Amino acid sequence: MIWNAFLLALREIRNNLLRAGLTTLGIVIGVSAVILMVTLGAGANQKVTGEFASLGNNLLVLLPGQPNGPPTATVPFDIAVVEKIQREIPNLADVIPEVAVQGVIVNGNHNHNTQIDGTTNAYMHSRNWNLVAGREFSPAEMLAGKSVCILGETDRRELFGDQVPIGARIRINKISCEVIGILEPKGVSTFGQDMDELVLMPLKAVQRKIAGNTEINVIRISVDNQEDIPHAKDMIQRLMREIRHIIPGQVDDFDVEDLQEVTQIVQSATLILTAFLSAVAAVSLLVGGIGIMNIMLVSVTERTREIGIRLAIGARERDVLLQFLIEAVVMSALGGVLGVLIGLGGSAAIAAALKIPFVFQPAIVFIAVGFSAIVGVAFGFFPARRAARLDPIEALRHE
Amino acid sequence: MPAEQPLIELRGVKKIYGSGDTEVAALAGIDLAVRDGEFVAVMGPSGSGKSTCMNILGCLDAPTDGHYYFRGADVGSMTREQRALLRRHYIGFVFQGFNLLKRTTALENLELPLIYRGVPSAERRRLGLETLAQVGLADRWHHTAAELSGGQQQRVAIARALVSSPSVVFADEPTGNLDSAKSHEIMQLLKSLNAERGLTIVLVTHEEEVASYAGRQVRFHDGLIASDTGVPR
Ligand SMILES: Nc1ncnc2c1ncn2[C@@H]1O[C@H](COP(=O)(O)OP(=O)(O)OP(=O)(O)O)[C@@H](O)[C@H]1O
Ligand SMILES: [Mg+2]
Repeated sequence: MIWNAFLLALREIRNNLLRAGLTTLGIVIGVSAVILMVTLGAGANQKVTGEFASLGNNLLVLLPGQPNGPPTATVPFDIAVVEKIQREIPNLADVIPEVAVQGVIVNGNHNHNTQIDGTTNAYMHSRNWNLVAGREFSPAEMLAGKSVCILGETDRRELFGDQVPIGARIRINKISCEVIGILEPKGVSTFGQDMDELVLMPLKAVQRKIAGNTEINVIRISVDNQEDIPHAKDMIQRLMREIRHIIPGQVDDFDVEDLQEVTQIVQSATLILTAFLSAVAAVSLLVGGIGIMNIMLVSVTERTREIGIRLAIGARERDVLLQFLIEAVVMSALGGVLGVLIGLGGSAAIAAALKIPFVFQPAIVFIAVGFSAIVGVAFGFFPARRAARLDPIEALRHE
Repeated sequence: MPAEQPLIELRGVKKIYGSGDTEVAALAGIDLAVRDGEFVAVMGPSGSGKSTCMNILGCLDAPTDGHYYFRGADVGSMTREQRALLRRHYIGFVFQGFNLLKRTTALENLELPLIYRGVPSAERRRLGLETLAQVGLADRWHHTAAELSGGQQQRVAIARALVSSPSVVFADEPTGNLDSAKSHEIMQLLKSLNAERGLTIVLVTHEEEVASYAGRQVRFHDGLIASDTGVPR
């Protein structure tokens, strides 16, 4: 009996390829859309998180003043603070001083407004930034605060067009400066900031020749292990209070920020993005489901007559039901498999094109296929059951 | 005498459509008995209730009132499944409107009742082709019903009713779409099946010539039997 029902189901599918094809298409759309959305959402999430990691490994940022404190209360750091932190706090990978100023760089009649950072080579190391040409600062240049600079890609293009200007001299504000290296392009960050609009110089060069003082704006501290971050943060805070003679009860005039915390905030934002994409996915499933439902409802008249004919020539209710169930299962299974293939293949292709990672999630595949199967069977099976319970002549008369 | 038990028997069968003002009594109280091996022609004006009566005889529809006995068993008290099995094993039905599966080939339409009967595939094919040949459509077995003319569809419908060798065939105007030569052939086929295999046949027709093949003529009028030539002895 089951074999006969199978035969009848396959014949009915073969003889009504358009109807079967449209039903299967509905399932394919639902399944593939869900898999696409969720997989790409997870990939985007991973990319954003990864971008944050590349801002620096296990990074603490020491800033003068309090985030919401009065601006007059900020007292900048100096090199002695950097050296003291380096000396007294264990398990630190790097302590990187930074002084940032805005300035105009000039080559002949080309000029460009940019950010100029006085820092050390560790600034680049901690972020895995590489040079595409030239070299880093030498110890002698660092010590003497020589006028040498490393250009970001945007600044290089603005001043030199197609050239690789190693050894060329540019003007930064009023001073003359030799280009010794070019940074690799990093593009625009998730926040829309051009990360290639940057000139790096030895700390002392910026301090003495551009800023005209010995101040340091920011100290970045990278910690060996992630687990040490809270402890290191604590120790730096205590050391700074000691250096600055802040008595108990008085508030800090500096701030130690943990980038890990920022990363967590961003992660929760991308979680919202994922939730949104999942909602879109749920809608696509629904749309696919409604597509299936429509085809089933449109074909109900035709199929009710078919059921009437089958009943008239000797089919029992259960013969009809088994046939319709098999039809629905066959189409759902076919549509499910195609949908999974298209969904995963499409995700892989789009992920590659958008340069985001492809994150395979088995759970969503099961959910999508399960839902489509339920829709396919529900809308294929239940109208058939109603028709199969009629007297044959009523089914045949169905308008 | 058990041999005298009719194959089918209608007692006081009524079929009322609608209710109140729009009430139509398609059958107003039919008493009819047909014995094994009879060949009955049902005649009567359009709207006199012939098709309604055939549908009830074919177990496709239930009467509003009265009883239908098939080999002495009350069809009205059977379950739907039992009625389905009755249709499957004993009854062949030819619809006035054919009712073939449109996008299905002639052969597969004929195979359908055989599949429900559990006939193996090679046997199905043989029986299907053989019966198609009997109605003169051997060369059209692979055409879908939609690709056949009205007369050809009617012959496929007749073949489908005959293919499973039922005990009784109910045919509602089986020659309505055929020219006189073709309807002559079909009537010869039915008459020989009646004579050789003892197939019981009840058919509806408007043509005296077709009715003359039958051994007994029943005339309907306004949902009642107006005349019945009875069994020729
Ligand atoms: N489904 C229905 N609903 C309402 N009335 C119906 C229905 N089917 C048939 N009738 C009515 O029942 C009566 C008998 O119809 P039936 O089809 O049995 O006639 P018939 O003798 O077969 O006619 P014809 O020779 O034209 O086929 C008609 O008056 C018809 O209008
Ligand atoms: Mg009629």
